[in-house]
Amino acid sequence: MTDAKHVIVIGAGHNGLACAAYLAKAGRRVTVLEAAGQVGGAAVTREFAPGFRVSACAHFSYLLDARIAKELELARHGLATARADLRTVSLQPADEHLVLNGGTVEAGRVNEADRAALAAHHAAMLKFARVLGRQHHRIPPRLLGGGRSNAIGAALLAWDIRRLGRDDMREFLRVAGINIFDIVEESFESPALKAALAFDAVLGTNLSPRANNSMLALLHRLSGQASGTAGGVSLPAGGMGAVSEAFAKAATAAGATLRLSAPVKQIALNGDRVAGVVLESGETLAADVVVSNADPKRTLLELLGARHLETGFVHRIRHFRTKGMAAKLHLALDSLPGFPRLPAALAGERLVIAPDLVYLEHAFDAAKYGETSPQPALEISIPTVHDRTLAPAGKHVLSAVVQYAPYVAEASTDAARAQLLENTLNVLESYAPGIRGKVLASQLLLPADLEREFRLTGGHWHHGELALDQMLMLRPVPGAAQYAMPVDGLYLCGAGTHPGGGVMGCAGRNAAQAVLRAERA
Amino acid sequence: MNPLMNQKEHFRTAVYPTPFHERTAALNKLNLWHRWKDYTVADAYFNVALEYAAIRNACAVFDLSPMTKHRITGPDAEAFLNRLVTRDVSKIKPGKVGYAIWCDDNGRVIDDGTIFHLSPGNYRLCSQERQLEWLERSAFGFDVRMTEETHDVACLAFQGPTSCAVLKAIGCAGVENLKPFDIGYFKLPGPFAGGELMVSRTGFTGDLGYELWTDPSRALPLWDALFDKGAIHGIRPMGTHALELARIEAGFLQAHVDFMPADQAIHLDRSRSPFELDLGRLVDFKKPNFNGRRALLEEQKRGSRYRFVRLEIAGNKVAKAAYIYNREHKGQVVGTVTSAAWSPSAKTNIALASLHMPWGRPGDELWADIYYQRELQWFRVNVPCKVVEGAFFDPPRRRATPAADF
Amino acid sequence: MPQNTYDAIVVGAGHNGLTNATYLARSGLKVLLLERNPWIGGAAVSREIEKGWTYSNCSYVCSLLRPEIFRDLELARHGLQVVPYGGGVTLTSRGDILGSYADHELKRREFARHNAHDGDAYDRYSTEVMRQCKFIRPLLLRTPPDPTSLRPRDIREMIFLSKEFRKLGEQVIYDTIRFYSMSIADYLGEFFESDLIKAALSGSGIIGTALGPYSPGTAYVLLHHYMGDVDGSIGSWGFARGGMGAVSKALASAFKSFGGEIVTDADVVRVLVSGNRVTGVACANGNEYRAKTVVSNLDPKRTFTKLFDPRDLNADFVKRARNFKIRGSSGKLNIALDGLPEFPALGKDNPLRFGDMHFLESLAQVERAYDDWKNGTWSKLPYLDLLIPSMTDPTMTPAGKHWMSVFVQYVPSTIQGKPWTDEDRNGFKNTVLDMIGRYSPNFKSLVRHVEVRTPDIIENEVGLTDGNIFQGDLSLDQMLFNRPFPGFAQYRGPKKGFYLCGSGTHPGGGVMAAPGANAAREILHDLRRPNLVPEGWHDD
Repeated sequence: MTDAKHVIVIGAGHNGLACAAYLAKAGRRVTVLEAAGQVGGAAVTREFAPGFRVSACAHFSYLLDARIAKELELARHGLATARADLRTVSLQPADEHLVLNGGTVEAGRVNEADRAALAAHHAAMLKFARVLGRQHHRIPPRLLGGGRSNAIGAALLAWDIRRLGRDDMREFLRVAGINIFDIVEESFESPALKAALAFDAVLGTNLSPRANNSMLALLHRLSGQASGTAGGVSLPAGGMGAVSEAFAKAATAAGATLRLSAPVKQIALNGDRVAGVVLESGETLAADVVVSNADPKRTLLELLGARHLETGFVHRIRHFRTKGMAAKLHLALDSLPGFPRLPAALAGERLVIAPDLVYLEHAFDAAKYGETSPQPALEISIPTVHDRTLAPAGKHVLSAVVQYAPYVAEASTDAARAQLLENTLNVLESYAPGIRGKVLASQLLLPADLEREFRLTGGHWHHGELALDQMLMLRPVPGAAQYAMPVDGLYLCGAGTHPGGGVMGCAGRNAAQAVLRAERA
Repeated sequence: MNPLMNQKEHFRTAVYPTPFHERTAALNKLNLWHRWKDYTVADAYFNVALEYAAIRNACAVFDLSPMTKHRITGPDAEAFLNRLVTRDVSKIKPGKVGYAIWCDDNGRVIDDGTIFHLSPGNYRLCSQERQLEWLERSAFGFDVRMTEETHDVACLAFQGPTSCAVLKAIGCAGVENLKPFDIGYFKLPGPFAGGELMVSRTGFTGDLGYELWTDPSRALPLWDALFDKGAIHGIRPMGTHALELARIEAGFLQAHVDFMPADQAIHLDRSRSPFELDLGRLVDFKKPNFNGRRALLEEQKRGSRYRFVRLEIAGNKVAKAAYIYNREHKGQVVGTVTSAAWSPSAKTNIALASLHMPWGRPGDELWADIYYQRELQWFRVNVPCKVVEGAFFDPPRRRATPAADF
Repeated sequence: MPQNTYDAIVVGAGHNGLTNATYLARSGLKVLLLERNPWIGGAAVSREIEKGWTYSNCSYVCSLLRPEIFRDLELARHGLQVVPYGGGVTLTSRGDILGSYADHELKRREFARHNAHDGDAYDRYSTEVMRQCKFIRPLLLRTPPDPTSLRPRDIREMIFLSKEFRKLGEQVIYDTIRFYSMSIADYLGEFFESDLIKAALSGSGIIGTALGPYSPGTAYVLLHHYMGDVDGSIGSWGFARGGMGAVSKALASAFKSFGGEIVTDADVVRVLVSGNRVTGVACANGNEYRAKTVVSNLDPKRTFTKLFDPRDLNADFVKRARNFKIRGSSGKLNIALDGLPEFPALGKDNPLRFGDMHFLESLAQVERAYDDWKNGTWSKLPYLDLLIPSMTDPTMTPAGKHWMSVFVQYVPSTIQGKPWTDEDRNGFKNTVLDMIGRYSPNFKSLVRHVEVRTPDIIENEVGLTDGNIFQGDLSLDQMLFNRPFPGFAQYRGPKKGFYLCGSGTHPGGGVMAAPGANAAREILHDLRRPNLVPEGWHDD
């Protein structure tokens, strides 16, 4: 095996590990270099207070690709589900809580017309999301040039849209580029229902419900489920870190070498080709191919260096929008918080605080000027309801995505962090009176913290905003959407490439295909 | 800089006088001017033929001040320029000037210009078009600073066989020893008030000649010194028309005439690569990454779309904007003339032209279809033309060092 | 042919209705044009408010009017004259200006004065926006293809579209996709550093649009304001001499020259339907007119929710019409002045005093103006597009007197969901007058009359639903083959013989005359008559 091509994968995020696994399975000599002391990137389980562990960034699994799970035998490598098919509970300040299970309203003050409309809406969204889902395993085509495989790729994409049928195709072309606000306004009456659906669309994005592209973000979220992700929104046993552990085992089982605490300082070049990497420690590793799971800006502008790229390309990369807008809250709780009017059995579902569209819009308005949301919207998980391995007996962990938290210097100070924590706890207290008294420890990660902790430029969960102008053949930027970078032997495999964020594994798999395809060419 | 130019009242003076304007205006007997960016420059002063004759027989002065000038400094200045332009900048030693072109990522030429390596790590980039935005865009990742200094430097092109003699006469001792593309500095006596004059042996005429660089406050004394000492050497001012003749004879390209700057092209396919402008010699693939490198390597493999040629055209009808055909009369259009003139020095009918590949190979028949007017009557001729290599007029004095007095 | 029976009836004498009717009449059809108001013109109207004083009450400047139609219908012979006004200027509260001079070098120098980098960036920006203009201009006088259809006409148009697209080259194709979906703030951020420059340029991205500059989709709106031209100078704007009503007047004159008949004070309340086809229209006064072809110049929402009996239409279609996005976001003040207001920041002799004027500091100011709209009220620091057309056009006011047109963004159609009250209107008026007064000390003392135009007034008078000036939002879901609704972008309605010809159809709002002309082409095609509508000129 010594004469096999040596591939270095920078970053042991789930995509890096998936890429490593596929390349190792194809007989390549693969070394995965991870800066942190554990695998997983942003899909990790960490101890944030003594005895309390939490999925430190992503906290639900909803996009994990079924085909990849099967091909890499993730279950055999230890991946188990603590709880699948989570419902969404939109907490209401004074009214009956809204409980949604896919297209069904299980509880809440929602009239018959809305219930019927939701079923239709959900079915349509799944159908449209499937169009995106079908692209997950494809290397996006270039729109001109690039030969026969590109022409086939473009034709397949067009065919996927066409085969929706005339009416659905029209509707898809109408809604794909627009905003969730208009869609829910034209379809529903219940303010709570509108807001719950709108929040799904803007979760983890730098968008308000009124912003175009929010529909696309929603379709992206649903694309896994629509194309057969088992279990809908689910909690992996042991937290999201367990997903990464399974990917890591799959990679090492396939023969990849994994080195932790080995941060890469620089990607080394020999003429126009990559030669390997230099570690922070000064150690040099030679490689025929380098695949980076780091985000595009970090990979290209920091690890490689703008001077090794051309001006126009650098300009595009610099303007890849990577400003995160979501913070992450972790609370260690003395006991399970009580939500009035919510049956205890539902406390472990996906809880959402976004009571109406104006609430969401106002939360965003503050953040767009670089201010902290006075009343943030929240997506809450209390995983310890289903998974007792995460906290000491009787104690609980609350994990919440907090929106919005702008990535700007003024909003990244200790004072700003304290303010957002206070605002968030106030919101929580109003829905779960007494919760403040149960807090044993807390941690709030602002986008700037996520950037530092998880090496995500801009602190964006998806490595970069998912929008029409940053998806498919435009992700991360035109000229780099086929995983190969304009430096021979360098590839990207992270969420900054097609099909984007979420713990899916597809970018890693596609990048591996791109590496192998280039070898054959 | 004219102090008005940076104030909100700048609109009052749409076009500004150059630092030499007092003198050029007095000499511009025809009062013929045109606008060059922020400034006004003379088209012609008294007689284009005589102005041109001065370039080739005595010496002529052209007010070059409006040319865009950028200063580039900082530890990464050389690395930055090397990534920017297609040639190897490390070969332009301090005290030397290099002609260079720069491309976009598609390998299409944005502009051409000269790089002055003033002192180690300290460069001046001169070009026809403004480039600050592109330079700053390109500077990301480099420790480099850049400023536009167009308005802070007065500049004259001083060209012709007696130019060296005149410079010696105003006090540039040893200027004759400057080799082509050398830079020299001279302390001048008398009216120049002891200031230092930078002289580069460069120019746009293809003849012996220099370019003179100084602070705007010393512009008029410099002009006066040249005309005082130059009188017996036949000095004359020249306008753009005379310069245009000389540069076509030299076979030099001009942006917006012979090529469309890639960053300003509405239709990208109308821009040209260096190979398509016969500037392949300025592309150095031996150095590492530079803008356009990947596209140009690809172009070398795939072949270029156009060939840029210098044509000698039969007859004496100037082939302005002529179509080039591959056969007499009923042939197919294979290209267009970009610049054309009757060459007074080579005594031939010359043109620069862009031809579709593969036309312009040795042995290819080429015919120019020329429309021209005499006494308001239009005529058309179809005449053969021939591709020639190098400049149409290339006197040995252009390169001879030490430079002769005439 | 019996009385009251026509070959075609056009409902609404806006400029598109007039254009459409003119082409139909020119083809030899007997055409009736019905107008609800006592005057014609829709939103392209000039009305005398007192002897010697005329306002362009709604639309006020001209650039998009298709020159092909201007020429083809000989509008010059019918009295239309468009005069360029040459640029515009933004005044800041610190007393500085950002001049948008018509002369490129001056404009560049002005940008460079604020930010050296932005001066050069302006050149690149102009080139890239011009690439987009050159792409869209050939599409304006064409009927959008139905991408789901396999009919030869649609396939031909799809091929034309994809050819135009391919001509751009790979890099510009990507730029185009990005351009059509980005926010104007992000787009400008890729070129410029100066917040003032970005704010000033963002204006074209939000005029008439219920979106802030940070909202994706606003970059395209900018193009919609750049793609016109005055005599080939793309992006230039001008005045119609005599006000925008002059456009309608010239079109009406052309229409009549082909034998067309206009009836005013004819408020059409119902399109008469028999089975699957239209048979005529009924007016509020009881008059009925018969025709096998009925064309509506009204906006799609008004057309299908007011002129049709919902039982005549498919429920899904009615839902689409109801959900058509047509949000009012703009208002206007027309102000009669006893003299010329002074703007000290600008000075008395700056040529830009003839152009459009804005009062801005930053992008965030414009975005906050949008937040006010979202919150159900008019902007407290609105974006103004202010002009004094009477400085250029001597026909509008008595000599020495002036008319000021002040377009205001953002103004909602209701105040916190409730109808506008006189008090609201007064508050709105004062917000705008105070803002102008802060930049022009003598302005308020010169005011002799103010006409306040809020979206509800525009709706009541012109008929535009919600007072939306484009007859429907210019957003991705309502553009090209999606305008007004997917499957109905080819000017044909859901009933045989029924057509739309207003700005609610492709290519959208502005005094362009393209929708009216395109609709005429489709109608003549259906009637198997030779096409008379000119092709767009080849734009190279």
